[in-house]
Amino acid sequence: MSFLVGEDLTGGYGGPDILQGCAIAAERREITVVVGPNGAGKSTAMRALFGMLKLRSGKVRLDGEDITALAPQARARKGMGFVPQTDNVFRSMTVQENLEMGAFVRDDDISDTLEEVYGLFPALKDKRRQPAGELSGGQRQQVAIGRALMNRPRVLMLDEPSAGVSPIVSHELFERILDIARGGVAILIVEQNARQALELADKGYVLVQGRNRFTGTGAALLGNPEVRKSFLGG
Amino acid sequence: MEDVVNAVVLVTNFLVVPATAYGCQLALGALGVTLVYGVLRFSNFAQGETMSFGAMVTILFTWLLQSWGVGLGPLPTALLALPVGMGVTAGLCLLTDRWVFRFYRRTKAQPVIFLVVSVGLMFVMNGFIRFVIGPADRVFTDGTRFLLTVREFKAFTGLSEGLAIKTTQTLSLVVAVVLVVLLFWFLEKTRTGKSMRAYSDNEDLALLSGVSPEKVVAVTWLIVGALAAVAGTLYGLDKSYKPFTFLSLLLPIFAAAIVGGLGNPLGAIVGGFVVAFSEVFLTYPYRKFLAYLGPEGWRPDGLVQFLSTDYKFAISFFILVVVLLVKPTGVFSGKSS
Amino acid sequence: MSDGVEPLSVRLGRTLRRPGKTALFAAMAALICIVGLAQSWSLALAILNLCLISAIMTLGVNIQWGYAGLFNAGVMGFAALGGLAGVLVAMPPVTAAWRAGGAGVLSALVLASLATVAAVVVYRRIRHPAYRRTAVALVVVAGYFAARALFEPAVRAIEAVDPSVTGYLGGFGLPIVLSWFVGGALAAGAAWAAGKISLGLRADYLAIATLGISEIIVAFLKYEEWLARGVKNVFGLPRPVPYEVDLQNAAWFQEWAASLGVSQVDLSSIVVKLCYAGLFALVLVVLMWLSEAALRAPWGRMMRAIRDNETAAEAMGKDVTARHLQVFVLGSAVIGIAGAMLATLDGQFTPTTYHPLRFTFLIWVMVIVGGSGNNWGAVLGGFVVWYFWVEAEPMGLWLMDFITSPLSADSPVRSHLMESAAHMRLVVMGLLLLLVLRFAPGGLIPEERR
Repeated sequence: MSFLVGEDLTGGYGGPDILQGCAIAAERREITVVVGPNGAGKSTAMRALFGMLKLRSGKVRLDGEDITALAPQARARKGMGFVPQTDNVFRSMTVQENLEMGAFVRDDDISDTLEEVYGLFPALKDKRRQPAGELSGGQRQQVAIGRALMNRPRVLMLDEPSAGVSPIVSHELFERILDIARGGVAILIVEQNARQALELADKGYVLVQGRNRFTGTGAALLGNPEVRKSFLGG
Repeated sequence: MEDVVNAVVLVTNFLVVPATAYGCQLALGALGVTLVYGVLRFSNFAQGETMSFGAMVTILFTWLLQSWGVGLGPLPTALLALPVGMGVTAGLCLLTDRWVFRFYRRTKAQPVIFLVVSVGLMFVMNGFIRFVIGPADRVFTDGTRFLLTVREFKAFTGLSEGLAIKTTQTLSLVVAVVLVVLLFWFLEKTRTGKSMRAYSDNEDLALLSGVSPEKVVAVTWLIVGALAAVAGTLYGLDKSYKPFTFLSLLLPIFAAAIVGGLGNPLGAIVGGFVVAFSEVFLTYPYRKFLAYLGPEGWRPDGLVQFLSTDYKFAISFFILVVVLLVKPTGVFSGKSS
Repeated sequence: MSDGVEPLSVRLGRTLRRPGKTALFAAMAALICIVGLAQSWSLALAILNLCLISAIMTLGVNIQWGYAGLFNAGVMGFAALGGLAGVLVAMPPVTAAWRAGGAGVLSALVLASLATVAAVVVYRRIRHPAYRRTAVALVVVAGYFAARALFEPAVRAIEAVDPSVTGYLGGFGLPIVLSWFVGGALAAGAAWAAGKISLGLRADYLAIATLGISEIIVAFLKYEEWLARGVKNVFGLPRPVPYEVDLQNAAWFQEWAASLGVSQVDLSSIVVKLCYAGLFALVLVVLMWLSEAALRAPWGRMMRAIRDNETAAEAMGKDVTARHLQVFVLGSAVIGIAGAMLATLDGQFTPTTYHPLRFTFLIWVMVIVGGSGNNWGAVLGGFVVWYFWVEAEPMGLWLMDFITSPLSADSPVRSHLMESAAHMRLVVMGLLLLLVLRFAPGGLIPEERR
C-alpha cells in the first residue's frame, strides 16, 4: 500500500464532475508527477487529495488511515503540506514570518527546522527580514516551499512549481525538491512543464479529462511514443 | 522676532494641539475600520455607533463611580471607567458577530450584503443608544481641565499669545500611543497577532497553514470593540458626547482608513492624522496669524479661511475623492479588490 | 397538474404561504381604510400620499440595488436635491437680490468653470508627472480663491436683501410640476459625479462616496443661504393643486359640501389631498411602467446578468462600469423626482429635515422588506413600511404605557421609557431589516426568476 493514496476520485466544484474516477498514489522518498493537457483535472486532483473540494465518491488514505472526511487544516496537522500555484506566500509578511506561519500548528521548538529550510534555500536567509511580496518569482517559490516544509510534512504536494520562473531557476528548484524527497518525504507534483518534471519523476501519471490515461515510471512515460506525441510535443 | 514666535504659538495653540488630539481619536477609529476590513473584508458602517456605544458605557460607569465618590484626582474619572467600556463593547462586538455577521460569513455572502447588514446594525445601535442615554449633549469630563493654561504660559514666556493644553488632549495622545504600541506589538510579535496578519494577507494560505478563521475573527472583534470604546470616549471627553455626532464621524473615519489603504493598520494611523490636520488647518481663519507675520499694523481684510467650518467634513470627502482618483489602494497600498 | 384537479386545500395552502401581490396590495389598501375609518380620512390620505412618494423613492433605490446590486448610502442627498429643485423652479425670482449679487454669483460660477477647464488643459498638456501635479494644484487653488473673491461679496449682498423674507436669489417662478423633472436631473448629475469617482472600484467605495456626497449636499443646502435660504427655510412653495381656502370660497364647492352633508373644511382638505394623490399616483404608474418595461427589455436582462456574475459579463465584453454608472444615475434621478414631489407636498423646503435615518435608512428598509429586485415588491415595501413608521409612534407610546403601567406615574424609569419610546421605532426598523435579510431575503414579493 502506498503512503498517500487517492482512489476512484470523483467530483468537481458543484458543476459537472471534473474528476471522473482517477487514482493517484505517492510513496515516501519518491517523486510522483501528474501531467496532462489543460483542463485535465490535474490541479483539481491535488486539491481533492488535500480536502479542498467535496468528493462525490472515492477515498483518500494517508499511511493506511482513511482521511477522506478530514478538513484541509486537519490534513495539515497529519503531516500533509501543500504549495498552491499562485498566491502561495503572505506578501506583506517577512520571509521569516512566512516560514513561522508554516509551523503554525506546531507547538515545539521550530528553530532547527528553520535552519534546515535556510540550509536548503540559503538565499532566503539573507532576505529573511524582507517582505515576501518584494522577492523575485523564484525566491517567492522557495519561500512557498519552505513554508510548507516548516510543518515537517510527510507528504509535500506542489502545484506547478515551475510556472512563471525561468528554466534555470526551475531546474534549481527541482534539484531542491529532489533533496527534500531524499529526506524521506513523499512528493507529488502537478506540472504543465511535463518533460522536465518527468525526467526526475520516480512515477508519473498522465490524466486526460479526469481519468488516468497512462501510468509508469518517469523514464517509461518519456519513452512512450504515444505520450511523447500527444503530451510532450513530439 | 517676537511676532514670529507669537505666530508659531498661535498656530500651535489653535491648530497643532487640537489636531493632534483629534488625529489620535480618528486614528483609533480608523484602526477599527481597517482591521475589520482586513480580516472580514467589508467596510463596517457600524463603526461610528460602536464608538458611541463604548463611550456611552464608559459614561454610565463614570456616573456610577462619581456617585460612589470615586475619582482619579486631576485625571477624568472616565479613565477609570474606560476598561469597563472597552470590555463591554468588545463583548457587544462578539455578540453582533455571532448573531449577525457569522451567518453571512458561513454562507459566503457578497461583501455588499455585509455592508447593508452593517448599516442595519448601525441603526439598531443608534436607536438603542438614544433609548438608553437619550439624544442630549453630555459633558462627562472632570478633574483638572487644563494641563497648561493660557495664563500660565503667558506669565512664563511673556508672549502676548497664549498656549493651552487640555488634560483631555494630552490623555488622547498618551492613551492612543500606548494602545497603538500595544496593538503593533501584538500584531508583530505574538502568534495570534501574526495569524491575524496572515489571515488578512492571504485567507486561503492561512487556512492551509492551520489558522482557525473563527478565532482570528473573534480576536479581531475584541480588539476593534476595545479600540472603538477608547476612540469614542476620548472624542467625547475632548469635545462632548452626543449620539448624533458619531453618524457624521463615519466619513472622516472612512476617509482616514482609505487614505492609509484599507486593511493597513499603519496606514489608518497616518490617515487619521492626515484627515485631522487637513480638517483643522483648512478651516482655520489665518487672519491673526498673517497679521503677526506681515508688516507692523497690517491686517488682512477677510478671515483668510480656506473653507468655512460648516464644511469641515467636506474636507474628508475631498481627501477621499483625491485618493480614489489618484491611488485607490491608498497611500500605504491596502487592498483594492 | 392542472388547476382543476388540484385539491382546494393545496391551493389554499400555497396562497397562504406566499400571498399574491394583488392580495398584498389589497391588504395594504384595507390598512389605509382602517385609518380612514378609525382616525380620519384626511389622515388616511396624508399617509397614502407619503406612501406614494416613498414608493417612488423605493423604486429608485430598487433600480440601483435590485437591478444592479449597487449600494447607495446617500439617498438623503439625492432626495434633498429634488427639494432644492422645488425652490429653484417654482419660487418667484427675487429681483432685488439678482440686482444686488446675481452678476457676482454668476461670474464666480463662470470663473470656477474656467478654472476647471484650465486645470484639465494643464493636466493634458504637461507630461512630466511631478510638474503636472503642482501645476494642476496651482491652477485649482488660484481658481478657487479668485472665484471666492467674486463670490463672497455677491453672497453678502444677496443675503442682505430683506433677510427675514428673502435674502436669496429665488427661483424662476415656473409651475412646480416642472421641478419634478429638474429634481430628477439635479440628482442624476450628482449621481454621475459620485459614480464616476467610485464605480469600478470596490462596492464599499460607492457606499462611502454616496454617504459623503449626500452629507455634503445637505450641508451645502443648510449653509448656502443665497441659494435656498438655508436653515431659514423656504415656505409657501406654489402648489400644483387648488388651495383649501379657495375651494371653501367657491360657490359650487359650498353647495357640494352642503349636499354631501360634510363640513367645508373637511371636504376641502380631502379634495386637495385627493388631487395630490392623483398626481403622485400618475407619476408612480408611469415610472412603474417604465421600470417594468426596462426590466423586461434586453437591457434589464443584461443588468441582471451583470449583477449575478460580473466576471462572466465582463468576459462577454460588457462594459460593467459604464452600465453601473447608467443604472446608478437612473435610480438617483427617480429618487430626485420623489424628493421634488415631497417638497411639493410639504409646500416648503427645510434642509434640516433631511436626516439619514428618515431618508436613507428608512428607504432601504422599504426596499429590503418589499422585495429587492422586484418593482412591485419595492412599491409595496414603500407603502407598508411608511404606514407602520407613521402608525408605530402611537402604537409604541401605547405599548410603553402598557408595559410601564405597573410603575407609578412619577417613576423616573417610567418617564425615561416613555420619553425614549420614539427611539425604539428605529431599533424596530433596524431589526426588521436584519431579520428580513437573514430569514426572508426575498422580501414580501421576491424577485421573479425569469
